[in-house]
Amino acid sequence: MDVLLQPFAFEFFRNGTVAAVLVGALCGAIGVYIVLRGMSYIGHGLSHAVFGGAVVAYVMSINFYLGAGLWGFLAALLINATVRRARVNPDAAIGVVTTASFAVGVALISRYRNFTRSFDAALFGNVLGVTPQDVAVVAGVTVLVALALFFNYKRLLFATFDPEVAGVYGVPTGWMDTLFALILAATIIASMQILGVTMIAAAIVVPAITARLLTDSFDRMLLFSTLFGALTGFAGMYLSFYVDVSSGATVVLLQAALFGLTLAVVAKRRSLAQRLVHTHV
Amino acid sequence: MDPLVELNGVTFGYGAEPVLRNVDLHLHPGQFAALLGPSGAGKTTLLKLTLGTLQPQQGEVCIHGKALQGRIAPHVAYVPQLETVDWSFPVTVEHVVLMGRVRETTPWPWPSREDRRRVAEVLERLEIAHLAGRHIRDLSGGQQQRVFLARALVADPDLLVLDEPTTGVDMRTAESILHLLADLNRQRMTVLLSTHDLNLAGAHVPWVICLNGSVVAQGPPDEVYTDAILSETYRGDMLVLRQAGLLLVHQKPHGHGYRDVLPEPVPGARPAPAAGG
Repeated sequence: MDVLLQPFAFEFFRNGTVAAVLVGALCGAIGVYIVLRGMSYIGHGLSHAVFGGAVVAYVMSINFYLGAGLWGFLAALLINATVRRARVNPDAAIGVVTTASFAVGVALISRYRNFTRSFDAALFGNVLGVTPQDVAVVAGVTVLVALALFFNYKRLLFATFDPEVAGVYGVPTGWMDTLFALILAATIIASMQILGVTMIAAAIVVPAITARLLTDSFDRMLLFSTLFGALTGFAGMYLSFYVDVSSGATVVLLQAALFGLTLAVVAKRRSLAQRLVHTHV
Repeated sequence: MDPLVELNGVTFGYGAEPVLRNVDLHLHPGQFAALLGPSGAGKTTLLKLTLGTLQPQQGEVCIHGKALQGRIAPHVAYVPQLETVDWSFPVTVEHVVLMGRVRETTPWPWPSREDRRRVAEVLERLEIAHLAGRHIRDLSGGQQQRVFLARALVADPDLLVLDEPTTGVDMRTAESILHLLADLNRQRMTVLLSTHDLNLAGAHVPWVICLNGSVVAQGPPDEVYTDAILSETYRGDMLVLRQAGLLLVHQKPHGHGYRDVLPEPVPGARPAPAAGG
């Protein structure tokens, strides 16, 4: 028993685990809306865009969370506006806006070669270096996003299902897009330090599509995806302690394994059901 | 009686060329009207202008006498073309219909007692109450159309706007949808729909509007369905037949039937009946 509880003796592990569970749940919940909007690539793209914002914030000596958050928010708004107004496909809009934003970061790094700050943590995550302040930021973002999703549940559901028609029924679709861009930027900023730019996309998409395989109900999909995110966040942290592998990568690999397992079970169940139908015809 | 919908001198285009030019149209409370015209005639555009999701470049759209001026039309419900719906989205029939209550409902994520009562009432009225828990993908075309009609009705609209409600369903289902709309209209619901099905509209809709960039003609089908008006609307040779109280419209074949194009078609073969069958 002592062996099992051993990791919790370390403060860095406790901080990291709380942050990973919160970030897992946050990405899992947001992922449902992203996957259903057909914008699975946005997590990947926006996390790169935010990296550009982080570099700009550093160069301009402004707060990382403020600079990168504002940058991510504007990038998400620009993507939404490009999709809705210019009728460009989401993947194309994401590709243009986010790679341009990322390129700004790369250009600044190459221009100011005297960088003293390492962006490794932003790129690959550093869950073991999570401070109590980082945990407070993640917790704050989680509470705010949960409140936003709770009180806008019906409007966000309609705007996700049928954005063109939702407006006719009184859903302020422009405001919903802005709110969603804000939620997305906040989620990515809060997750960046924990999972890293390279892992965020998977943490957003994989729990949601795993949940989609299991249910045809939006409510249950939201619940399952949030739970899968939180559970794999916890299990990934725990496992990484013993196998001595990057925590972000372990979380994502666990999510991928859960997806593979679910896919296999669902496929098996479908083939069994088909065989039963054929037997009874 | 004051019109419910007024389009006064409306011009609109997506690019340099206008899709609709100087359209004047009035729809009165309790009217049941169908917009007819070829693809690209501006039917969906006119519906969207009525809903307020598009704004006219010239002229104005008024609902209950008030110009929309960039606002969404109040008390108007919309049933989109079924082909625009994402059928794999994880929602049940009840979820979709509840969306129609989004304006009146509480900010809580769960439906209020009143929401549930209204949804149950409308599902019962449209005879799809037994489908409430089904996923929308697992329905027939007619049932799917009823679900989106139910979503519109729970919003308690003054005007129901439907974009091609009979497209993609079989003839019998299309007829049942129009009977349903006629029933709603008898209960004083104003209905405006667009359709490609001239024969169905001629038999079931009391007022038709022929559109092709502008209003070519409007009135009861008996008056509007003439070779000249429909040929002008569809820019082709249209033939109107009156048979047993029915109006039947056909496009005249362009000088040939399939025998002229395929003088030696590959013949089909009927399978021999099974022995003892």
